Amino acid sequence: MSRRIRESLPLLPFFALVTIFLIVPTATVIVSAFFVDGVFSLARIAALFSDTALSALWKSVLLSASTAIIGAVLGAVLAWLIVSSAPTSVLRRAVISLCSVLAQFGGVALAFAFLATIGLNGVLTLWVQEHFGWNLAGSGWLYSLTGLILVYTYFQIPLMVIVFVPALEGLREQWREAAVSLGASTFQYWRQVAVPLLTPAFLGSFLLLFANAFAAYATAAALVSQGSPILPLLIRAALTSEVVLGQSGFAYALALEMIVIVAAVMIAYNALVRRTARWLQ
Amino acid sequence: MRGKTLGGKVFRGALLAAFGLFFLFPLYAMADFSTRNLLAGGRTMAAWKNLITDDALYQAIVISLLLAVFTVVLMLLILVPTMIWVRLRAPWAKGVVEFLCLLPLTIPALVIVVGLRNVYLWVTYFLGESALTLTFVYVVLVLPFAYRAIDAALSAIDLKTLSEAARSLGAGWLTTIARVVVPNIWSGILSAAFISIAVVLGEYTIASLSGYETLQVQIVLIGKSDGPTSVAASLATLVFGFVLLLILALVTRGRRRPTAADPAVAAPTPATQPGVPT
Amino acid sequence: MTNGVSVELNDLTRVYGSVKALDGLTLHIEPGELVALLGPSGCGKTTALRILAGLDEATSGTVSVDGKDLTRVPANKRDMGMVFQAYSLFPHLTVLDNVAFGLKMRGKDKGQRSSRAEEMLELVGLTAHRHKYASELSGGQQQRVALARALAIQPRVLLLDEPLSALDAKVRVALRDEIRRVQLEVGTTTLFVTHDQEEALAVADRVGVMSQGKLEQLAAPAELYANPATPFVAEFVGLNNKVPAEVSADHARLLGTSVPALPGSIGSGGGLAMVRPESVTVTADPAGTASVTSVAFLGPISRVFCTLADGTVVSAQMTSSAARAFGPGDRVTVGVEPTGVLVVAPPAKPR
Repeated sequence: MSRRIRESLPLLPFFALVTIFLIVPTATVIVSAFFVDGVFSLARIAALFSDTALSALWKSVLLSASTAIIGAVLGAVLAWLIVSSAPTSVLRRAVISLCSVLAQFGGVALAFAFLATIGLNGVLTLWVQEHFGWNLAGSGWLYSLTGLILVYTYFQIPLMVIVFVPALEGLREQWREAAVSLGASTFQYWRQVAVPLLTPAFLGSFLLLFANAFAAYATAAALVSQGSPILPLLIRAALTSEVVLGQSGFAYALALEMIVIVAAVMIAYNALVRRTARWLQ
Repeated sequence: MRGKTLGGKVFRGALLAAFGLFFLFPLYAMADFSTRNLLAGGRTMAAWKNLITDDALYQAIVISLLLAVFTVVLMLLILVPTMIWVRLRAPWAKGVVEFLCLLPLTIPALVIVVGLRNVYLWVTYFLGESALTLTFVYVVLVLPFAYRAIDAALSAIDLKTLSEAARSLGAGWLTTIARVVVPNIWSGILSAAFISIAVVLGEYTIASLSGYETLQVQIVLIGKSDGPTSVAASLATLVFGFVLLLILALVTRGRRRPTAADPAVAAPTPATQPGVPT
Repeated sequence: MTNGVSVELNDLTRVYGSVKALDGLTLHIEPGELVALLGPSGCGKTTALRILAGLDEATSGTVSVDGKDLTRVPANKRDMGMVFQAYSLFPHLTVLDNVAFGLKMRGKDKGQRSSRAEEMLELVGLTAHRHKYASELSGGQQQRVALARALAIQPRVLLLDEPLSALDAKVRVALRDEIRRVQLEVGTTTLFVTHDQEEALAVADRVGVMSQGKLEQLAAPAELYANPATPFVAEFVGLNNKVPAEVSADHARLLGTSVPALPGSIGSGGGLAMVRPESVTVTADPAGTASVTSVAFLGPISRVFCTLADGTVVSAQMTSSAARAFGPGDRVTVGVEPTGVLVVAPPAKPR
């Protein structure tokens, strides 16, 4: 037993860092959502059912689900385009590298990229104004939910490509040839073999995109300076509010809500990934 | 035998062009926007010059770069010996360590910052108010990507034999790690380092909600009054990240083992994992 | 049960850019026959099979089955069953569903599919595994399922693309006998591609040896072994000693005797005769010009290695009991049985 302890000692710095800066904050959130001033209370949880909170939750779910679907479908198309071109072509490697960069292109830079494109003085806005007389930026829709959907798609599609290309590549050529030699038409092959095999991967990727959008903060924070339409921005309001006391307590409950949802989605994602790996690796 | 017809090729080409336009246009727009002379028309580099001349922005750039360096150093100092030790002496801990390293993918940065207040009260009490104290939590943020990169590199060498050979020749643990193991996992270390730099430079959530003025925080602040400068700074961050990734790809190409998947996809960029820290 | 049909490949050529994978291959397979295409990788055997299956297109030449020209017919309409080298079972379907797949494509109803699939699984002895998935089966079992799946549709031709190459040695031997047994029982015309000469000789009615896109020789296994038509065939099939010999008037003079020279040998002059180890005779002789260098015990047979006066090393194969008479250093006389040998030109001397 003492040997086990001696062997664990060098691991102490790592465990200490992770405990203090990851476990403790997470535990703080979970516990503080249920304790007000050291006393067990469901008040903060109850606040999650207020109109503001429910509306923000609903908008977040809407934003995440819609960008996940759009990203999944368009990303799958782009992934298919990449995979069906020659394996060593320059185009293919360039596109995949670009997707790697764009998928992590979240955050503030993305917000400003779109501001520069279709913001009030955006390059595209001005160009369209000049040539067609339309005002693209008009009502400031970029800062609303619709705008966020467009902007989030920008990193959802590349993320989908990165995650889905390996699945597409896992579709062995032998399966197509075996199906064909057994009499399957192209349609039958897709319906009976390719689609069933790709479905877990596709669903898993969708879940991944959902969690990704749900937890995202920086882009929305940079675009939307006033108001808190979605859950992450509501948390921001709760944290930075100087007006109402006890708002930081609200933040704990909101954060708990966020982590519960993200964790649930990620657990489902992991289950699907395991199935995919068994078939397509 | 797919898409070999001319119609098929045209269709695929058009689709690819459409995607290309969607993704590359905003980048072009950023370059255009940040160099536009709003008063006299034509081009100006005024916004870009601000990166150096604007004091607050410059300070923020310096702080963020320092933060990136500190994070990489601390991450390597903690993670590399830990992972080596787990493989050699404490294999029972592998599951726990891996789980903890991948946990930040499931716990959003936003959640961490909400619960971080109390912890940082202590941190600032002991270490002061500098933004550099963010290093600790940033190391946690980059753990998943760094872990995967270093794990892949460690799996590719026979760690046990190498270290036993070194020790039997008289090397102590420190020497073994520094002079035998590290040179052989160099590509993994570089990969982890570059990805960490990209993540730290782009991090906004924790810095802004904790009240520190790092690069991204400053960009948003300036953006309220000076659009072009913010756009210029954002584009600079992007290009820097892209250049880092490019260098990484070039440097590790020769050392990479052939894998079934395309090497660019197999590389553990933040994109291959969920929970992009935005 | 299918009564086999004839297959004809006529003057097939396949060119990839500057590479000629197939160079005018003509092959006629009799109904119910199992023909093996044997050769090293790159010889074109797999290309020929894939063209027959419709998975690849010939640059020129025709494919006919049962007298009908199939050259333009798409692969999924050719009614052929194919077994691939590995990994061809659909991972998301059970064994039973895999076997029934071709029947599903043909629109058979569930009852018909089940009974036919069960019948096929019994044929290959895997009835107990019907509800398992591919990942739960061993390599050999997977290939048997693949065979059942190919036969379930009662194909007119059965195509096997190196079906045993990915398996362990012991499994390979057992499975090749199984494949032959099933093929004889069902009677389907079969094309079997392999690079393993022992495999080809063991299962086929006729073997076609290929090299660089061309058919070197097509003959029954015994004929191929005893009378190789070209140096390549002699080299590729079975083991060989290369003994210096003089050729004149269709006879080769070597090791003190004169034996017939096979057609395909050089016309006259000095060359190397390709002699099988079992055709080499070794007799103890204190005055002999050769000596034994080593004896390799291989179970039922042994190989005795002897060095001749001119330095050539030959191996002689005999029963192990006979080999016990010899030990390293013994003086012996080495001779050869009076069977025909192929004499090839000596290699060019290195500068």
